[in-house]
Amino acid sequence: MINEPFASGNSIVHRLDPRFRTFFAVLLSIEVALLKDFSAMGFALLVAFFLAASARLNIREVMKRLSSIFGFLLLLWIVIPLTYEGTPAWQAGWLTWTREGIHLSAQISLKSTAILMIFMALVATMTLSTLGRALKRLSMPGKLVHLLLMTYRYIFVIGQEYQRLYTAMRIRGFRPSTSLHSYKTYAYLFGMLFVRASKRAERVNQAMILRGFNGRFYSLDDFQPSYKNWIFAGTMMMIFTGILLMENGLLWPMKPF
Amino acid sequence: MADETILIRMAGVSYKYPGSQLNAVDDLSMTFGKKDRIGLIAPNGSGKTTLFHLIMGLIKPDQGDIEIFGKKVVKEKDFIPVRQKIGLLFQDSDDQLFSPTVIEDVAFGPLNLGKSKEEAIDISKRTLQFLGLEDFADRITFKLSGGEKRLVALATILSMEPSVLLLDEPTTGLDSRTKAKLIDILNHLSLPGIVISHEYDFITAVTDHIYTMENGKINLDEELHIHKHHHVHQHGKQPHKHV
Repeated sequence: MINEPFASGNSIVHRLDPRFRTFFAVLLSIEVALLKDFSAMGFALLVAFFLAASARLNIREVMKRLSSIFGFLLLLWIVIPLTYEGTPAWQAGWLTWTREGIHLSAQISLKSTAILMIFMALVATMTLSTLGRALKRLSMPGKLVHLLLMTYRYIFVIGQEYQRLYTAMRIRGFRPSTSLHSYKTYAYLFGMLFVRASKRAERVNQAMILRGFNGRFYSLDDFQPSYKNWIFAGTMMMIFTGILLMENGLLWPMKPF
Repeated sequence: MADETILIRMAGVSYKYPGSQLNAVDDLSMTFGKKDRIGLIAPNGSGKTTLFHLIMGLIKPDQGDIEIFGKKVVKEKDFIPVRQKIGLLFQDSDDQLFSPTVIEDVAFGPLNLGKSKEEAIDISKRTLQFLGLEDFADRITFKLSGGEKRLVALATILSMEPSVLLLDEPTTGLDSRTKAKLIDILNHLSLPGIVISHEYDFITAVTDHIYTMENGKINLDEELHIHKHHHVHQHGKQPHKHV
């Protein structure tokens, strides 16, 4: 259900401390999301490509994931230039494409691709459980982290339960259609899933209590300190500053077109 | 509390689930001794799991007294030492394994008991090794097979170094190889315990006395004797296996 195709690698990125990777992925993403300058955005995208390359991500998998936002972006390219107000860039009959609309679409496309690639390179290259621990070590609230980890653990179990129930429905001849019967059956299916999930939560809680759980989670990992992490942190800070300077027109200013 | 050979004593214990008409456990009295390895064979809904939950303090009896290790247990606080000493293996191992990796799950109990990280890892590794699961430490729990899950669930209990085991249908969904391994492990441990199972072969292999349970009561007066007997072989002289 959830694949982690990038998590098992042995590139230089994989060997970096998950805390550093998570932190800089978030930092860069926020910065990129707020950019207005095209040269800064272009540079950010370049950085994202570079990170993905150094994480040795499988290009096919990367494209598969990018394609999930491309559909959305395509929709934006169709709608925004036509509906956004501003100076006309191109006209065909009663249709007008505005300069500002095209700008905005281009910005959204560049930014979202860059952010997605940064996350694929830095965050998707660790397993979710590692991410959870990294978040905890970055002082995320423990409850949120464990909510994330428990969700990840049991989503498969709930998924299997869904499959079983759905199979049971199908072998008795259920075929979804637009009818009250179908809606009712789906409502039962999801209702049953909720009941089972909450029953299971109860049993898991009991199992935890029996093993002495008292509301505190302990973590087993140690993240190994390495000078490479600090080189990475330094590089990331330089990139961060570089993008910031470009954004403010202090480095390679690009004339608005 | 003079008798130190008695681990668990229940007197007139009844429990009814909210919204139910019948007592799940009904006026049950029993003593469980230091050397006892008891098997319970009983139909579904006869109150076996309820019995286990009562012993562990997951539910509190409506009536009757429970004494464990010579001490009366009533409040949540009383059960904390009980839970360290008695290990309960759940019917569904997915309920018991909730950590991302095997080693974290096995170390969860020891850490809660106040062991240091090093001690917890050490004891977890030893437990896994004892069960022949030493290569499993970094495996992801939900990606294990059914049999592997059951053994890891057992490891999570054994790492707390219990002195009594309660096993709730431990063989459900296991293949015969894993079953044989489980028998081997349990006999090697030879801890006192109660085993609920439907499988005669398994239960005779790991317990000394077998009782039945019905309508919330253990039929203590009718110990089942499983004995060998002669019978006509359907297979004649053809080579065959007794499964």
